[in-house]
Amino acid sequence: MKKKLLSTLVAAACALAALAAQAQISDGVIKIGVLNDQSGLYADIAGPGSTLAARMAVEDFGAAKKGMKVEVVSADHQNKPDIGSNIARTWYDVDKVDAIFDVPTSSVALAVSQITREKGKAFLVSGAATSDLTGKACSPNTIHWTYDTWMLANGTGSAIVKTGGDSWFFITADYAFGHALERDTEAVVLKSGGKVLGKVRHPFPGTDFSSFLLQAQASKAKIIGLANAGGDTINSIKQAAEFGIVKGGQNLAGLLVFITDIHGIGLPTAQGLIFTESWYWDLNDASRAWAKRFAAANGGKYPSMVQAGVYASVLHYLKAVEAAKTDDGTKVIAQMKAMPTDDPLFGKGTIRADGRKIHPAYLVEVKSPAESKGPYDYYKIRATIPADQAFRPMDQGDCPLVKK
Amino acid sequence: MEIFGVPAQALFGQLLIGLINGSFYALLSLGLAVIFGLLNIINFTHGAQYTMGAFVAYLLLNKLGLGYWAALAIVPLIVGATGVIIERFMLKRLYQLDHLYGLLLTFGLALIIQGLLRNAYGSSGLPYTMPEQLRGGQNLGFMFLPNYRVWVIVASLTVCLSTWFVIEKTKLGSYLRAATENPPLVQAFGVNVPRMITLTYGFGVGLAALAGVMAAPIYQVSPQMGGDLIIVVFAVVVIGGMGSIMGSIVTGFSLGLIEGLTKVFYPEASNTVIFIIMAIVLLIRPAGLFGTQK
Repeated sequence: MKKKLLSTLVAAACALAALAAQAQISDGVIKIGVLNDQSGLYADIAGPGSTLAARMAVEDFGAAKKGMKVEVVSADHQNKPDIGSNIARTWYDVDKVDAIFDVPTSSVALAVSQITREKGKAFLVSGAATSDLTGKACSPNTIHWTYDTWMLANGTGSAIVKTGGDSWFFITADYAFGHALERDTEAVVLKSGGKVLGKVRHPFPGTDFSSFLLQAQASKAKIIGLANAGGDTINSIKQAAEFGIVKGGQNLAGLLVFITDIHGIGLPTAQGLIFTESWYWDLNDASRAWAKRFAAANGGKYPSMVQAGVYASVLHYLKAVEAAKTDDGTKVIAQMKAMPTDDPLFGKGTIRADGRKIHPAYLVEVKSPAESKGPYDYYKIRATIPADQAFRPMDQGDCPLVKK
Repeated sequence: MEIFGVPAQALFGQLLIGLINGSFYALLSLGLAVIFGLLNIINFTHGAQYTMGAFVAYLLLNKLGLGYWAALAIVPLIVGATGVIIERFMLKRLYQLDHLYGLLLTFGLALIIQGLLRNAYGSSGLPYTMPEQLRGGQNLGFMFLPNYRVWVIVASLTVCLSTWFVIEKTKLGSYLRAATENPPLVQAFGVNVPRMITLTYGFGVGLAALAGVMAAPIYQVSPQMGGDLIIVVFAVVVIGGMGSIMGSIVTGFSLGLIEGLTKVFYPEASNTVIFIIMAIVLLIRPAGLFGTQK
């Protein structure tokens, strides 16, 4: 027994020594893994476009000129936490990946965040939505970049209640993301003086929403909140139009809608829809120039806010690696939080102690077919929510990293 | 009046919705049942062929300006023709082998078709507008019933029952059934059995494409639309009894109803309920409700 203990200790000591002896950049290469849905319903929101965005960031950072070797790999997690976890473990343990990016689908992101923490690596979330990533499940190895359920709920929910939409019914995707989005929106609605008349949870992914829409119709709520995403939202909106829901006086609130969704629904059905995004390609000259470059390499498809977030987070990650002179996950994340962020897409910003990246959010309205000048000219910006109000105040998130 | 805490009127609405979804299940499982019953091939490409139906309809509208009604007639022919090619050049070689080979081939084809469509059109889907004549709906008092859904039920019932009639009650159908039992004998009577089999596969595929066209205005036209639906449809076929035409029609409609009810009482389980029923049916009647043990 004693002998075994001793050998374990020796082995551990050796391992630690090996770690200490390693060059600051492990094996001389900074390896970036883009893990997302490459083939299913979120493949247009993130997918290969996110990998492209990561490569563009590496190029724009000028890694080669600075003598840094950066490699980008990608994989498909199929929106399944078990598959995502397996890939993350293999990447960290076998393939020497230093940081994982993107990871839409909240259930997968929560699992990868946990693994990243165990392995002391870095995780930069762009695609996932749950605000728990910087709340009770926050981690010193995770940064949540683009958006979250609190931001969406706060932007869309309060704007709608203010304009008279004070009774709500939720149609919610039955997994971590849908639950978080519903919870955060419900809180905003109640706080703004509205009430929630009912909710229904649909299996993910779903095809036919008519049954749920009918229940929403029967509730007589003024607003039907769609706490789902991607194809589920598209199908819900299409079928709501078919069942005459909007004509009957009820309104839809898409709680998480991406530009690719609007492209798939078409302006005649989607016009007038109001929701919150943290980035739109037509914001300023820098975003337009980047989007044109991106679309040219992406078969004409314009970037979503998730893909923009991957670009910006890779850029900031590489800056932090350069500044900290290491690719040790925990140290790089600390460095990222210490440095202010500055990139062509999200402008100047900061990262809080709980891992939340802070930037403004935009309340947008979908243009009518007459207002749109062509494909992807879809939004009117109705309001800008300043960076300090767009995200949940740090003391309300219950993140254990934040001292109260 | 309330039934288990749900107002009776709301319940009628949900039952009607269930019936409409059931008509999609019936239409798709019918094609599968025809192909399995007459070719002994488990056609895993069925979902992809349904997707192809929707995409071809989209292309006809946007490239050639041919609308919904034209698509209803043309799309099954186009997609059916691709089915004929698949049968002639690939499936034909597998009839002597175990079911597994046909399954692997058709599954592989499904992945290829889905992948190609995703590469070309992305995953968020494409918009397809509803034909002018079928827009709007009727207010039934207990619910608003879109005209399009009424059309779906009527069209699906008509197609299902005529297919059943042709296969079970006509001379052509009797040739088909005889050819599956004993091909050499039927051939000896001067019937071109291989051609008949090829056309049957083409017909089954055409049914899937027809369902795809009917789905385009109400569901998202996307590469994964078939994959999402096909698993349920397979369960429907298994419950109805592999190869039983009437079984797949009746099961399709009734499972739509059961699913509709689940969506009211316990929506979280609405995806699973069909598989629970499948497990129970397999335990009690392994050949399915309408199938016969061979």
